[in-house]
Amino acid sequence: MLTKRIIPCLDVDHGRVVKGKKFQDIQDVADPVELGRYYSEQGADELVFYDITASYEDRDIFIHIVEKVAEAIRIPFTIGGGISKVEDFRKVLMAGADKVSVNSAAVKNPQLIREAALRFGAQCVVLSIDAKRNNKGSWDVYVKGGRENTGIDAIEWAKQGQDLGAGEICINSIDTDGVKKGYDLELNQKLSSLLTIPIIASGGAGKMSDFADVLKVGADAALAASVFHYKEIPIADLKNYLHDQQIPMRRV
Amino acid sequence: MIAIVDYDVGNLKNVYTALGDVGLEGTITRDKKILDQADAIILPGVGAFSDAMDNLRKFDLIDTLNANVKKGKILMGICLGMQLLFDKSYEDGEFVGLSYIPGEIVKFDAPGIKIPHMGWNNLIINRESPLVKNIGTEDYVYFVHSYYAKPEHFDDVVAYAEYSVKVPGIVQRDNVIGMQFHPEKSSTVGLQLLKNFKEMIS
Repeated sequence: MLTKRIIPCLDVDHGRVVKGKKFQDIQDVADPVELGRYYSEQGADELVFYDITASYEDRDIFIHIVEKVAEAIRIPFTIGGGISKVEDFRKVLMAGADKVSVNSAAVKNPQLIREAALRFGAQCVVLSIDAKRNNKGSWDVYVKGGRENTGIDAIEWAKQGQDLGAGEICINSIDTDGVKKGYDLELNQKLSSLLTIPIIASGGAGKMSDFADVLKVGADAALAASVFHYKEIPIADLKNYLHDQQIPMRRV
Repeated sequence: MIAIVDYDVGNLKNVYTALGDVGLEGTITRDKKILDQADAIILPGVGAFSDAMDNLRKFDLIDTLNANVKKGKILMGICLGMQLLFDKSYEDGEFVGLSYIPGEIVKFDAPGIKIPHMGWNNLIINRESPLVKNIGTEDYVYFVHSYYAKPEHFDDVVAYAEYSVKVPGIVQRDNVIGMQFHPEKSSTVGLQLLKNFKEMIS
């Protein structure tokens, strides 16, 4: 039986893992390769590395890290952050990444999704969406690290992304991100029922039951960062807990 | 030495690295002489079926693969590489494959299932093979694919996963082997499978 996935997310800045709270107040945590290996051994199903380095020149440092991660771990990993061209996809895939996550650049140029899916396969194209609730009962797509509202409807954008050939949607809720009060269940439920590609829920995990809640409403995977980095929730314990909640889990 | 066929279908280094983990020396190559000399051949691959077949033709590798298979050398296809081992695929059209294993590649179409079949699924053994030594039903491997193999003879399936249908995970017909999932990305279970592969060829 296909299991639901638990995915630690590592934000990388200048070669180090950091974690932001509401995209601000960034704090240094650890070495990405070491932390990646640690999570892999603990039973993480996949890893996501977001390059949050601001300057373009520093991207070479990041590519080097992608190569080192690929050498060190034997589970799939996704690379995101600063992906704006098909050539960026190629670079990180050739460095050993399994999937590439694209966000703002796809909003600006939706054809990027199609081009990348045709060239490298839909399985490696993850459309990442930063969504925030508006006062009309729906969600808007934000870009530039959550700073700019595009006014685009998040659910419509996710559907379009699927039609363009994305293999997966990662939905990050800005309202719940870093607050640790649970994922946006309504948004994840809506997306899971409307789309035929897998959904990764992101933003809001604080306790083990938060993971159970979002996976039960239909998300295929749950992504989190700080609860894992600060060892508040050990992955092995989480997976045993979710297994007891009748959620299919791979346990190591 | 294991030849990993290089035909422009994505990054092959992860397969190479995982072979190293189990003490196998891989060579990423499209040199026919090296393919002929190799102890076994691995055909990896991600992307579209027709592009992959076109590339095998473009690099003039099909005759070499055929000759090596015919003389009994072990050939293992991984992911798309496994799908190429069959007669034909219906991925965005109708395309012929290498025809080492009778059967077709078709799309998942059950209502309500997510496509791609993406993530960790457990292997259910269909028949005995040294390939599944020390592998049990609690062992999970990493799949990512939208099309699956429908072999003419289900006995060619060594192990399968359940995902609306019985999805062939490991297939074998004589010296031709296929793995639909990624052993190089399947943690310790993947390494056990590669160890089994190593024992088969030594």
